[in-house]
Amino acid sequence: MTAALRAQDLSVALGGTPVLHGVSVDLPPGWTAIIGPNGAGKSTLLRALAGLLPRQGGQVWLQGRPLDDWSVRERAQRIAWLAQQGQAQGDLTVRELVHLGRLPHLGLFGTPGPQDEHRVDAAMQATECADWQHRRLQQLSGGERQRCLLARVLAVGAPVLLLDEPTTHLDPPHQVAVVRLLQGLARQGTVASVLHDLPLALQADQVLLMRAGRVVACAAHDDPQLHAAICEVFEHAVRIQRVGGRYIALPHLD
Amino acid sequence: MQRRRRRLLWALAAASGVLMLAGLAAGGDGWSWAGFTQLLQGPDAGLIVGQIRAPRTLGAWLTGALLGLAGAVAQGLFRNPLADPFLLGSASGASLAVVAVLAAGTLGAQGLGPPAAGMLSRVGLVAAAFAGALGGVLLTLMLARGAQHTLRLLLAGVVVGVVLTAVSDLLTLAAPEALRGRQVFMLGSTGFLGWDSCLMLGSGLVLALPMAQRLSRTLDALVLGEDSARSLGLALPQLRLALICLLAAATGLAVSQAGLVAFVGLAAPHLVRRYAPGPHGYTLLASAAAGAVLLLAADVAARTLIAPQELPVGVLTAVFGGTYLLLLLNRQSPS
Repeated sequence: MTAALRAQDLSVALGGTPVLHGVSVDLPPGWTAIIGPNGAGKSTLLRALAGLLPRQGGQVWLQGRPLDDWSVRERAQRIAWLAQQGQAQGDLTVRELVHLGRLPHLGLFGTPGPQDEHRVDAAMQATECADWQHRRLQQLSGGERQRCLLARVLAVGAPVLLLDEPTTHLDPPHQVAVVRLLQGLARQGTVASVLHDLPLALQADQVLLMRAGRVVACAAHDDPQLHAAICEVFEHAVRIQRVGGRYIALPHLD
Repeated sequence: MQRRRRRLLWALAAASGVLMLAGLAAGGDGWSWAGFTQLLQGPDAGLIVGQIRAPRTLGAWLTGALLGLAGAVAQGLFRNPLADPFLLGSASGASLAVVAVLAAGTLGAQGLGPPAAGMLSRVGLVAAAFAGALGGVLLTLMLARGAQHTLRLLLAGVVVGVVLTAVSDLLTLAAPEALRGRQVFMLGSTGFLGWDSCLMLGSGLVLALPMAQRLSRTLDALVLGEDSARSLGLALPQLRLALICLLAAATGLAVSQAGLVAFVGLAAPHLVRRYAPGPHGYTLLASAAAGAVLLLAADVAARTLIAPQELPVGVLTAVFGGTYLLLLLNRQSPS
C-alpha cells in the first residue's frame, strides 16, 4: 500500500545534538503507534514528519511529493499535528479553540461557512467535548483540555494525523474512547501516534519501535519478532501476553 | 459570554461619550457646568473649547486607544500578561531622540559640528520621538536577529532599553538643559495635543486597528504554542514581524504625541480580559477602547484634581493602573 507519509534517512539535531540518525519509516493508511523509551526520539520524529524541524539529512514525502514542495498551507491542510503536553492557555472558549483547526482552510482572512461549523461540531462530538463548548479553557481539567486539543486536530479534517501522546491526562474510559476513535480514523486515513501506554499501542495496526534515535522494529502488532524487540528495548521490564485475542504488555515483576 | 463582550463595548462607548463631555467642560477652574455653558456663549468658546479642550480630549482618547491596542498586541504576541507596548525599546529610543534634539545646541558647542547640531534642532520633537521609537524597536530586532525567538526578542528589548537609557543619561549630563524636557516627556502629557496631533493619531488608529484585527487569528493560534501555530499553516516569522511593526508604529505614534504614558498599555488588556475574555479579534478592539477611556479619564482628572494646577497625566495613569493591577492581583490570589 502506498505510504501517505514516508521518510528516508532522516537525520535531525536539536540544539546541536543529533537526535535522529538516518531514520526511514513508511506510514501507510491505518494506525501506526510509535513507542520507545524516554529520549528515543519519538516526538522529534513526529515533529520532523510534520515539517516543524529542520532536517540535517534525508527526505520526507507527503503523498509521494517531497514535503518541501508543498506550500506551508497545503501541508497544514494535509497533516494535523498534536503537540506533546499541548498548551492551551488564554481566554478562548472550547469552541473557539477547536475552530483554530479550520485555519489551514480559511487562512487568516477567511470567513467560516456552514461546512466549517459542521466540521467543528463533528470534531467536538468525536472527543466528547461538545457539552462544554462555551466554557473557557482555564476552567477545564487536564483531561478535558486534552480532549479539546484533540478535537482541534480533528477539525482540520487532514488525511494524515500525527499525534504526540494523545491519551495523556485521560482517564481509562476516555483512553479507550480515544483508541476507538483512532481506529475509526485510521480506516479513512493515516494516523501516527506516540504512545507511552504499551497495551494501548499494541492495538495499533503497525507498531514502530525506537531506541536512541533509530528504528529498532516496525511491524504489525501481532508480530512475535516485534514483541521480542519490545521486551529487549524496555530491558525486559515488560512481557507481552495474548489475552482473549489481543496482545497486552504487563510489567515483569517476577 | 457574547453578552458580556457586547456589554463591555457598550459600557466603554458610553464612558467615552461622558468623558468627552467632561473633557470639554473641564478647565483651569476645575468642574463647573454653569461655567462651561457660560463659556460656550462667550466670545472665547471657539478658542478655548474648539482649539484647546476639544483636540486635547480627542487626542487623549486616541493616544489611549493606540496604547491599549499596542498593549493587547504585545501581550498576545509574547503570551505574557506583563508585556507592555514599551517592551521592545520604543520608550528608550524615543527618549533618547527627544534628549538628542533638546541637547542639540550644547552638543553643537561640544564638537558635534554646527551642521549636525542644526539639523538635530530643526527636527521637531514629535518626529524625533517617533523615529526614535521605531529606531529602538529596529535595534531590538537586529540584536535578536529577527522576530523568530520570543525570549531573544525580550532580552534584546531589555538590553536596548538599558543601553539607550544610559546614552540619554550621558547626554543630559553633558547638556543639563535637556533634563527638564526629558522629564516632561517621560512623565507623559496630553497638554500639547492639537488638531494636527488628532489627525495623525486618528489616521494611525484607523490604519492600525483593522490591520491588527486582520492578523488577530495569529495571536489566537499562538495560544496553542509556536509549533502548533506553524502546523496550522501560519507563516509565523513574517506574521510576527508584521505584528511587531504594527506594535512599534502604534506605540511610536502615541509616544511621539504624548510622551511615555505609563500603564495604559498594560492595564487596558487586563481590564478587558477580566470582564469579557475572548478571541483576539475582540480583545484588540476592546483593549483599544479601554485604553482610550483610561487615558481620557486620567486626562480629565489631571486637569481638575488640583485645578488650576495640572498634574502630569502619566503620573495619574501610573497610580490608576498600578492600583487596578494590585486589586486584580488580590482578587486572583488564593485566599
